[in-house]
Amino acid sequence: MDNVHISAEAFDPWGLLVAYQHARFGASTSYGATSAFVGTMRDFNEGDDVAAMELEHYPGMTEGHLGRIIGEAKAEWPLEECLIVHRVGEIHAGEPIVLAAVWSAHRAAAFAACRFLVEELKHRAPFWKKETLADGQQRWVEQNTAG
Amino acid sequence: MTVNVRFFASLREQVGQAEAQLDAAGGATAAQVWAQAAGQSELPPNVVIAVNQEYARPEQPVSDGDEVAFFPPVTGG
Repeated sequence: MDNVHISAEAFDPWGLLVAYQHARFGASTSYGATSAFVGTMRDFNEGDDVAAMELEHYPGMTEGHLGRIIGEAKAEWPLEECLIVHRVGEIHAGEPIVLAAVWSAHRAAAFAACRFLVEELKHRAPFWKKETLADGQQRWVEQNTAG
Repeated sequence: MTVNVRFFASLREQVGQAEAQLDAAGGATAAQVWAQAAGQSELPPNVVIAVNQEYARPEQPVSDGDEVAFFPPVTGG
């Protein structure tokens, strides 16, 4: 698997982490620190119950910007590997939306770079969410939560 | 010159189309492409622009064959 992956299907972030680590490192253990963030779809937003969500992206631009964000992280910190997996399409509460993971020799770089991947992704990667509320009403999410 | 215009998310729904090919005047800016494609003279302040999949400002000139995309603020992750 590439270090940037857009998935139209539900994915298991923990299984992917293990599989990716095995594929990239094999028996080598040059990494001493792995930091991972998993974003999961909540069943509430802005005070309303949310049943499902449609996640749209800009094919090409999205992958390009995710790859660039990884490149910037690797330029800033001594990293062994990065991985970003992001879901698109129809998503239900409780399903993972995003996985960002970083492998480094030491924890400081791993924590900082993982945070960077997630924050930059939320600000720069073209994805849009349309929520379906419990009562069936649909609305576009107009901005990300502050953190 | 021909410009390929794309709309995403809520803007796609408002404009009523996902893609359009436009015959634009040479030297047109991204904002002028918006006016022509969306039929609205003013570019709303929250509209984000990308030219050839790179973020761009409204005053950026576009060239023949460019892909010019308009979309709302991104909400991924």
